[in-house]
Amino acid sequence: MEKFESMQAFALSWALVFLFTVFVAAVIWAFWPSNKRGQDEAARSIFRNEDRPASDARGS
Amino acid sequence: MWEYLKLIALGVIALCAAIAANFARDFGYEVHALLIMVVAAGVFVWQIRRTDEPKPIPTNEYMDDVIRAGVIATMFWGIVGFLAGVFIASQLAFPSLNFTWADGYMNFGRLRPVHTSAVIFAFGGNALIATSFYVVQRTSAARLWGGNTAWFVFWGYNLFIVLAASGYVMGITQAKEYAEPEWYMDLWLTIVWLAYLAVFLGTIIKRKEPHIYVANWFYLSFIVTIAMLHVFNNLSLPVSIFGSKSVQVFSGVQDAMVQWWYGHNAVGFFLTAGFLGMMYYFVPKQAERPVYSYKLSIIHFWALIFLYIWAGPHHLHYTALPDWASTLGMVFSIMLWMPSWGGMINGLMTLSGAWDKLRTDPIMRMMVVSIGFYGMSTFEGPMMSIKTVNALSHYTDWTIGHVHSGALGWNGMITFGALYFLTPRLWNKERLYSLRLVSWHFWLATIGIVLYAASMWVSGIMEGLMWREVDAQGYLVNSFADTVAARFPMLVTRAVGGGMYLTGGFIMAYNLWKTVTSSPEKAASPAAVPAE
Repeated sequence: MEKFESMQAFALSWALVFLFTVFVAAVIWAFWPSNKRGQDEAARSIFRNEDRPASDARGS
Repeated sequence: MWEYLKLIALGVIALCAAIAANFARDFGYEVHALLIMVVAAGVFVWQIRRTDEPKPIPTNEYMDDVIRAGVIATMFWGIVGFLAGVFIASQLAFPSLNFTWADGYMNFGRLRPVHTSAVIFAFGGNALIATSFYVVQRTSAARLWGGNTAWFVFWGYNLFIVLAASGYVMGITQAKEYAEPEWYMDLWLTIVWLAYLAVFLGTIIKRKEPHIYVANWFYLSFIVTIAMLHVFNNLSLPVSIFGSKSVQVFSGVQDAMVQWWYGHNAVGFFLTAGFLGMMYYFVPKQAERPVYSYKLSIIHFWALIFLYIWAGPHHLHYTALPDWASTLGMVFSIMLWMPSWGGMINGLMTLSGAWDKLRTDPIMRMMVVSIGFYGMSTFEGPMMSIKTVNALSHYTDWTIGHVHSGALGWNGMITFGALYFLTPRLWNKERLYSLRLVSWHFWLATIGIVLYAASMWVSGIMEGLMWREVDAQGYLVNSFADTVAARFPMLVTRAVGGGMYLTGGFIMAYNLWKTVTSSPEKAASPAAVPAE
């Protein structure tokens, strides 16, 4: 029971703060202006390399 | 060296399976041991004929043969699962279909897990494995990692399905919904699943693209979370290593909570996150435009991951579960509505500027209807998780209607769309055999779902109201048998709706078969594509 209570106390405080911080960080990262180029690039990546893998000497 | 090790391992497995069959304590276990023995011996012979033969390793092409096998398996298990579903739906409407001669094998109780596992894990699982292999290669611009490990994943997973389904018919079950397979199958699936994780992650690690496309994030979260859920929910001790029965490590309300933590996240990560991976690749591809908002897809992903994992307790309202836990589950379920609709909007808006495709392209129509059903069932789900609504809806047909609007509408339709997209490309065909047949499939499936969901709403709300109806003295008005009798017309309608969905499945199988066998080959593209 003691173990449960200490785990519960941890879950209700630090773990909650940690998870929430990670989530907020992910949202901030998504909206960070300088990430926009990479995101657009990634969104269009599905239209490349349809038929074969990229060669090692990154041509395109 | 590696090949000799494989031969030794296969020989040892076949031998151990033979010993296990000899000492088996129950019939089902004996059948499974013999099956494993035959499979291991067969693979041994197949392997020994190839040992020390030179094998060319193609590096400049994608590994598509395993995906082709996955497409065939998806279609096959889809038909099996829909057929089982229509049959058990008919059994509910007409109990005489529980034939006395097949009692203990083909009665509703035995076939119900065959249906659920066949559609979720066999049809859905094979679709997820095949599409994830397709998507991760194209978006990473790299061949699958691990050589034939992908084949091990495919055959290993399908062996698990065969063991599980045949086990249900013979009565091997640990009686946990959606986690019925017993301990030795669970161990086998764990091995297969870790191999799957290795192949997927290995391909991502050796990718040539700088970014990990968002579909891969969804697929990866699906693979990782299912591994975790599967292991924790199946912690059990076998009564004997020569018998199928095992005893759960958790007991009582803890066991119930672990089960529904598993059960709800199987919905959340298997049927939602994995299939969202499909959506984020195939919808933009079919619409020929990038996803509406990549930012929104990132937020969709993280919000879904963080919220879904807490929603499980809503399956246990008004039980021995503490009130705070069930309230927590309800609150998180309601919050989950937001990312779900964010994802739906993202999928639908991908078509902005290309809405005319809905008129001409039945595959696009299928995908859009699928996203629509995603939106509807992710609205209905949070609503049903509210305690007062749940008091009416729980244990009634409403739940079954909800599940099927998600499963048939969202999972089924997006998978059909993906298979129609994949088949001509994987078999190098100009186009599908017939778009008219796709339209037929689309309308049969859509009307089938509408009949199914509508009849289950009526039936479920009626059941809920009849169960709680009391007279002036406070006595219950209806006996349970009264509610069963009142459901009859709705049960028939439901079976008809399911039958239409199954017919659509047959049409699709025919169409894909003809695409592979008699659609014109794609004109050969020039050997070297100039760089952009």
